[in-house]
Amino acid sequence: MQVTNATNQNTASITFLGSTKGRVRSILRAILSNPKIAFGVGVVIFFVLMAIAAPLLTPYDPNASIVKGSLPPSWAHIFGTTGLGQDMFAQIVYGARVTLLVAFVAAIGSTILQIVMGLSSAYYGGMVDEVLSLIINVFLVLPGLPLTIVLASLASASGANRNEFVIALVLLFTSWSYGARVLRGQTLSLKEREFVAAARATGESSLRIISSEILPNEVSLIASTFVGTFVYAVGAEVALEFLGLGDTSRPSWGVILYWAQNNAALIVGKWWQFVPAGLCIALLCAGLTFINFGMDELSNPRLRVERPPRRRLFSRKSKGVASR
Amino acid sequence: MRYLFRRAGFYLIALWAAVSFNFIIPRLMPGDPAEAYIAKLQTQQVTRAQIDAIRAEFGVNPNVPIWRQYLDYLNGILHGNLGISTSQFPTPVGDILKQSLPWTIGLVGVALVMSFFIGTLIGILIAWKRGSWYDTAVPPLLTFLSAIPYFWMALGLVYIFGVILNWFPTDSGYDVFNVSPGWNMDFIGSVAQHAILPVATLIIGSLAGWVLIMRNMMVTTLSEDYVTMAEAKGLSERRVMFHYAARNAILPSITSFSIALGLIVSGALLTEIVFNYPGIGYSLYRGVQSDDYALVEGCFLVIALAVIFANFLFELIYVFLDPRVRHGNK
Repeated sequence: MQVTNATNQNTASITFLGSTKGRVRSILRAILSNPKIAFGVGVVIFFVLMAIAAPLLTPYDPNASIVKGSLPPSWAHIFGTTGLGQDMFAQIVYGARVTLLVAFVAAIGSTILQIVMGLSSAYYGGMVDEVLSLIINVFLVLPGLPLTIVLASLASASGANRNEFVIALVLLFTSWSYGARVLRGQTLSLKEREFVAAARATGESSLRIISSEILPNEVSLIASTFVGTFVYAVGAEVALEFLGLGDTSRPSWGVILYWAQNNAALIVGKWWQFVPAGLCIALLCAGLTFINFGMDELSNPRLRVERPPRRRLFSRKSKGVASR
Repeated sequence: MRYLFRRAGFYLIALWAAVSFNFIIPRLMPGDPAEAYIAKLQTQQVTRAQIDAIRAEFGVNPNVPIWRQYLDYLNGILHGNLGISTSQFPTPVGDILKQSLPWTIGLVGVALVMSFFIGTLIGILIAWKRGSWYDTAVPPLLTFLSAIPYFWMALGLVYIFGVILNWFPTDSGYDVFNVSPGWNMDFIGSVAQHAILPVATLIIGSLAGWVLIMRNMMVTTLSEDYVTMAEAKGLSERRVMFHYAARNAILPSITSFSIALGLIVSGALLTEIVFNYPGIGYSLYRGVQSDDYALVEGCFLVIALAVIFANFLFELIYVFLDPRVRHGNK
């Protein structure tokens, strides 16, 4: 009885995943009907489209010095120009390509590492778990940004920082531990479920159980750690570039800020050299974070509070608000 | 007790890992980082002794076997020898770090504690009024603020409060020209004044985490029966809010102290750079800028040691607060 029950659950989870188009659409609709997720997805799509369509959005070459330099925003240059006379809007639009690509590659690589470490640690248990969780926990307590700076400064000494993928690799190396621990925790509880026991009883190989029984049930968690890692990667990448550890000859959001800082732009009041890049970073990271909050709300209904307030904040002072 | 020993063992391993990373990373790098550094420094005036210091740092002497180098390195660390700075030759890295560490610890400590108290209080209050307009408005606003990179927030504060309004000093840790370091009111006042903007930067950036974790935990706790029971008994709102709900909801906030610490330390490094604050972050930046690898590595090591030690401290507090951990049942 127990086994049949478990296999039912098992097939249910498979049909859920290998679902028809209509089903995918209805799931998507359910997800996007959460305003936080819709906002976040909108922001991300906006920036991705901006990066792809860069040549259509601006006639200027981001690297070419076209005018005298440090012009405030005008109709010809809506974000003004840099100290070298490059068009700031073109730099932002083209810079989105570098920033997004590096962070995306780092987050994808990091997520794969998280899955491998987290799932194998939890599934195999015993000695494997002891060793792998030790590694995970050590990386968790080591401060991420300083380690990133050490690695990047070595890469920059040998000129390897001109390659964006070296930076992505550095970010990957320092960003995987948190997600790995989250996934390990989830896998520990999943592997005790009946459908996993059933799969094991039918003689499935460990690799298959992990990949087709456990992994599909962690998709939402993986998506959320991916988004979290992406946010971290954007922040760390921008910080590295701001410190001058990236490829400073090519515009990206962090490099724009590096040059602005180097030219002491704010002290002399050239705010337009700082504001656009900073706002883009903040908007992108906030959008991504909102996606995660929305997913939290979907999976934990108790966080969704839509009814009017019932409790009064200290005594009766706010009664008017409460009874409204 | 056994649990504590186990945790102490783990932190010792973490320490060893941090120290060993420091040894291994430059040796694993492709190419020859020592030569790259020397070549970069050739543009400035470098002496024979400086080149020797760099070679020693990277351990490129082929006559000494690697295990021997490792033992020498560990021995050096145990004696507080972190190599010699090439940018401020011949000052030992240890001396530079000794001067900058107190600044960073002060900055991070004050910001972390203030951010925890303010954030947790806001979290409690908005959870109490969940569904109200400020419960819908405050978290997104704070999330947006925390998505702003620390250094950019710092630059913004410098621009608004330093350059335009000229309310606060924006440079260095104290008034270098008019006060001398020491236990006198002038110096302490100057330090406090110079710390306002950096601390504000760190608090604004890290507030959202505390608010959200507390709010979410409070919302869950407020739906428990014992809270309804307490309200039914007619206890004052303040008592229900703090003694019944918040008290039980605060544990995850305490657990997340270690992760918050890592984030705020990273933020502090960047903030220091913007404010020329004389802490570890600024030393790290100078090391990066002048290709002083010994200094960069020393900064990493000191930060790692401090963070690991602080984590261990948090864990001790946690054991004290949560009897389940103390008695060893999982």
